[in-house]
Amino acid sequence: MFYREAGIFKTSYAADQALFRIPIDKLFVIGLIAFAFIVIPLVGNEYWLGSILIPTLILSIAALGLNILTGYCGQLSLGTGAFMAAGAFMAYKLATNMEGMPIILVILLGGVSSAAIGVAFGLPSLRIKGFYLAVTTLAAQFFLLWLFQKVPWFVNYSMSGVPTAPPREAFGYLVTGAEASSTARYIFVLGFTVVLGLLASNLVRGRIGRMWMAIRDMDIAAELIGIKPLQTKLSAFAVSSFYCGVAGALWSFCYINTVEASAFDINRSFTVLFMVIIGGLGSILGAFLGAFFIFLLPIFLNSAPAWIGLSIASETIAHVEFMVFGALIVFFLIVEPAGLARLWGITKEKLRLWPFPY
Amino acid sequence: MAEAETVEAMEAEAPERTFGEVVLKMDSIEVGFGGVKAIDNVSFEVRRGEILAIIGPNGAGKSSMLNCINGFYKPRSGSITFKGKTMKAMDPHYAAANGIARTFQNIALFRGMSTLDNLMTGRVLKMKKNFLWQCLYWGPAQKEEIENRAHVEKVIDFLDIQAIRRTPVGRLPYGLQKRVELGRALAMEPDILLLDEPMAGMNVEEKQDMSRFVLDLNEEFGTTIVLIEHDMGVVMDISDRVVVLDYGRKIADGTPDEVRANKNVIDAYLGVPHED
Repeated sequence: MFYREAGIFKTSYAADQALFRIPIDKLFVIGLIAFAFIVIPLVGNEYWLGSILIPTLILSIAALGLNILTGYCGQLSLGTGAFMAAGAFMAYKLATNMEGMPIILVILLGGVSSAAIGVAFGLPSLRIKGFYLAVTTLAAQFFLLWLFQKVPWFVNYSMSGVPTAPPREAFGYLVTGAEASSTARYIFVLGFTVVLGLLASNLVRGRIGRMWMAIRDMDIAAELIGIKPLQTKLSAFAVSSFYCGVAGALWSFCYINTVEASAFDINRSFTVLFMVIIGGLGSILGAFLGAFFIFLLPIFLNSAPAWIGLSIASETIAHVEFMVFGALIVFFLIVEPAGLARLWGITKEKLRLWPFPY
Repeated sequence: MAEAETVEAMEAEAPERTFGEVVLKMDSIEVGFGGVKAIDNVSFEVRRGEILAIIGPNGAGKSSMLNCINGFYKPRSGSITFKGKTMKAMDPHYAAANGIARTFQNIALFRGMSTLDNLMTGRVLKMKKNFLWQCLYWGPAQKEEIENRAHVEKVIDFLDIQAIRRTPVGRLPYGLQKRVELGRALAMEPDILLLDEPMAGMNVEEKQDMSRFVLDLNEEFGTTIVLIEHDMGVVMDISDRVVVLDYGRKIADGTPDEVRANKNVIDAYLGVPHED
């Protein structure tokens, strides 16, 4: 690496356990966050902010949530979309029935209700594992979406069944609904992403993160160490669903501007699962890498022929896009099953010794 | 057998070892799976500070016995008295919280985690700070992490595994994995340490190291040790008392010398030494 660990010695456990153990890493992340907060809103246009960065950031939050459950605690879930929907609908009910409630609180409470639902659907995890658990979470996916579609109470008996997200202000700026500027929405979403990302990385390096990983890696040994399997798994379900719920609420309020169940169908669950797998199971960085990769790659594939001066019919592009995308996923899974985050780790390890590998 | 005589001579020189009260009492334990009786009416006691070995041929019920002690198996009948409290079966969480730690015959480490994290996981019951503090990783939660880290570092020093602190345990060689697993059990600061074949699959040097760790932690920290081992040389050398199981029944219980001379044990397990 161009910057190395060499010469960096820790003299206290506090310093050794810091989130970023290398000062330059810390500077880089702070710089990246500052760049995202200051430079991007200045240079970004409506399309980039509103149609690319906002959804990618929101899906990163969902991927973080699923990564906590699947990557750290080892419980496979296909119910991500449903938990996102739960967050969105609960936030909608709160926002419309309690007009004065601050929007940040509304979205967080949406996450909390989703967490409660997640715990309920996590109960079977004590008894069943792996694919069988995935099937029970699939039940959550279909049941919850059916519920939100069939019970008009959730949409305040709206005639169309697809109510628009109410406009709300945070810190004096309109941040939700169709009238809000994409810059304001972007910064609002980015704030959530940064805070939730930091909280997640704190969780997974502390006691509770180790408990999750212990359950994932060897549940019997974990139990004999004194970790209670049910509580630990349920806590992972709760935190994961909270993240998904917040992501769902943001998706409805800041991105599509409508509250509708069809935005959270099974495809959404799969997309987030792919993000986690491609990005890297059990890695916070992976959740972000995966979200950006899965969301940006099709857009890149779509516009790449035009950049190099090829004119291809749009249907052909759509087909090619699917093929290339599928091939790339297979390629990545063969080259590095542990995901992009692992690939990055290996690169760093190689560069440490480069150019003298022995 | 010249070797055995020198060992006896050395034992004679060593000061008499004294043990505390009975800390764990297994009374008429019976464990079965369907129609198979894995353990049939076995009773024995573990005294504070001793090294007790459980030996016997394959399938004699040794591992099942350890599983009963830390609550992974529930006996069909019998009772367990631990630190003065008598119960029908141990609860895994209760056992862990009250100072019973163990290692496994087949390494049961958390493969995706680093050595340090594995050891820190051994401390989960010593850490109490709630969820919200942990989200922030600040204030009391950070203080708690650091205190426990300091303890884990002592274990790392004791086992001499400083160099592999940050290595994922899945990448470590077998002998080191066994050592890390011992470390994880030690991080729990156990009163009783259950070791299920700690020397299985090791070469002579690794066995020596492991025996030294077992003896040291028994002497320095007063940890009571219950171990299962097939290497009779190790068992007879380091243990204070030996319990012999065969087909789920106890056939002998006594000092290594007594057990070695016991006819039943020779027939069932030790066999007759070759003339050489």
